[in-house]
Amino acid sequence: MVEGVVSLTKTFEARAKSPAKRRRLMPVSIALCFFFLAIMVLMVLFGPLLAPHDPQAQNALAGSAGPSAEHWLGTDMLGRDVFSRLVSGARSAISGPLVIAIGALVCGNILGLLSGYRGGILDFVIMRWVDLMVAMPSLLVIIVAAGALGGGYWMAVALLGVLSVPFDTRVIRAATLEQMPRPYVEAAKALGVPNRRIMFLHIWPNIAATAFANTFLVFAGSLIALSGLSFLGMGAEPGTPDWGQMLAENQSLLFANPVASIAPGVAIILAATATNLIGDWTFEKISSRGATR
Amino acid sequence: MSLKATLLFIVRRLAAMAVLMVVLSFAVFSLVYLAPGDAVDALLGGKSSTPELVASLKEEYHLNEPFFTQYWIWARDALHFDFGASTQTTLPVTDEIGARFGSSVFLGVYAYVLTLLFGVVPGVIAALRRRRAVDRGLVAGAVVTLSTPPFVLGILLLYLFAVVVPVFPAAGKGEGFLDQLWHLTLPAVALALTISAFLLRHTRASMIGVLDQDYVAFARARGLASRRIMLRYLLRNALIPVVTVSGVLLTYFVTGAVLVESTFSLGGLGELLVQSAESGDLPMIQGLTLIIAVIIISANLLADLAYMAIDPRIRFERRS
Repeated sequence: MVEGVVSLTKTFEARAKSPAKRRRLMPVSIALCFFFLAIMVLMVLFGPLLAPHDPQAQNALAGSAGPSAEHWLGTDMLGRDVFSRLVSGARSAISGPLVIAIGALVCGNILGLLSGYRGGILDFVIMRWVDLMVAMPSLLVIIVAAGALGGGYWMAVALLGVLSVPFDTRVIRAATLEQMPRPYVEAAKALGVPNRRIMFLHIWPNIAATAFANTFLVFAGSLIALSGLSFLGMGAEPGTPDWGQMLAENQSLLFANPVASIAPGVAIILAATATNLIGDWTFEKISSRGATR
Repeated sequence: MSLKATLLFIVRRLAAMAVLMVVLSFAVFSLVYLAPGDAVDALLGGKSSTPELVASLKEEYHLNEPFFTQYWIWARDALHFDFGASTQTTLPVTDEIGARFGSSVFLGVYAYVLTLLFGVVPGVIAALRRRRAVDRGLVAGAVVTLSTPPFVLGILLLYLFAVVVPVFPAAGKGEGFLDQLWHLTLPAVALALTISAFLLRHTRASMIGVLDQDYVAFARARGLASRRIMLRYLLRNALIPVVTVSGVLLTYFVTGAVLVESTFSLGGLGELLVQSAESGDLPMIQGLTLIIAVIIISANLLADLAYMAIDPRIRFERRS
């Protein structure tokens, strides 16, 4: 899936090789992505302090108004300040995907390493399970589960985490298989280093970059999925400032105050694009480094 | 691969499909028991319970029978497209699904055609103009569309083409073919764009792979017409992986349709699923889940068969 951006960044790199620009750490586009993520982190950490208004304060008299000096992005139907809700909404947009990405990173790496290193029946069982899970439309599974068991943000996060593990598993297994025939693994085996030590202390450091690159992609994917669930009213608790929910609530205001639903939409697109680009770029860095080795 | 081997492959796949459906149907059936409270609470769906109603429900759903007998009766009915009655509308689930099936299929087919158009054509162009401005622009655009959830795109399109320039309707599914086409254009575009970005990257990568092949250079050297090289040498080989991903794409379509139908209030199957999940309408959830699963599984089988049909290397693989 990353091939597309690969060649894009390749052109950047070809340019970077000219002597004058050789020391450039990353292309400008990637720097912008990191900058945007930094802003997101600031909004998560200091959201309530940055917001000019209380995101929950209602004002029936000032409802459905367009942007003004007082309310930069106008107000929603209940008169709540859209800009303040947008800033506070970063918290629920980031927290769930972060938990999912880290959980999938840990579980997927352990399973992928085991599958690739041990091989045999264990590998077969893990990979059939991966095939099954990858074929499942995760959003639908969560909707059905929410319908039967009663939903909730953290249940959606847990389910999405379980459904994201196979993606990490697959990537890590492939990376492990690539390391297996290298001399250092052979040497460690010949010296009688315990298997677990070889897997986690010898092989893993060599594939860690791949693992982290993939984590960015998982993060972006779950950010999109969770915002969709919130849009359908099955994610974040009703009333909490959340980007997906803001889109659904303010859709009826498209005539009166279109920014109220467009701004959170753009926020979702920017956050997902930034993480996707960083993930793709990291993958590209790894593969080009591998090629010159 | 001989005809016999092909048939064997199909039979094996069908058997795997049957096993998968049994496992899945068991999971779907168990939803009634996994739901909070007991099965009667789940099937009441929030209605106040009277002893008579409870007794009639127990009779209707054979709740006094052992668990596996219940499953057997339920699965037998499901095979005959009888999933019981919705707890919300008390109408048969099959009727409710049947009434909405048409518009969802229309949306799906429409979006599929658009996806091929938006995905394959720019993908081929990007590959032919590799590393030029056009390529870089298309690839960057694909990343942005890939990061755009269908409902966000839906709302942006609604704003642009139903509010700013009101050329398309903001909601509803329309009557008759042309009216439906008009009503479903924005939803289909919203659904297709995200998925076509995925297809674009796939087509581009595959096309670049084929462009680097010696046989293409040789065909050029022989002085074959560029149109012939394009159609017979490049596209024919480059589009094989595109067929293989179509099974995966369908999963995206189903997921995306749920979001898009809710955005545009189309009253299709996806919206029905969301509504029944919100109201805890278990018979409806069960029926919809099984039908969606059958669609996804059979589409994957079809994609595999198409792959075999167009790629001789797969067919003859075992002979060597």
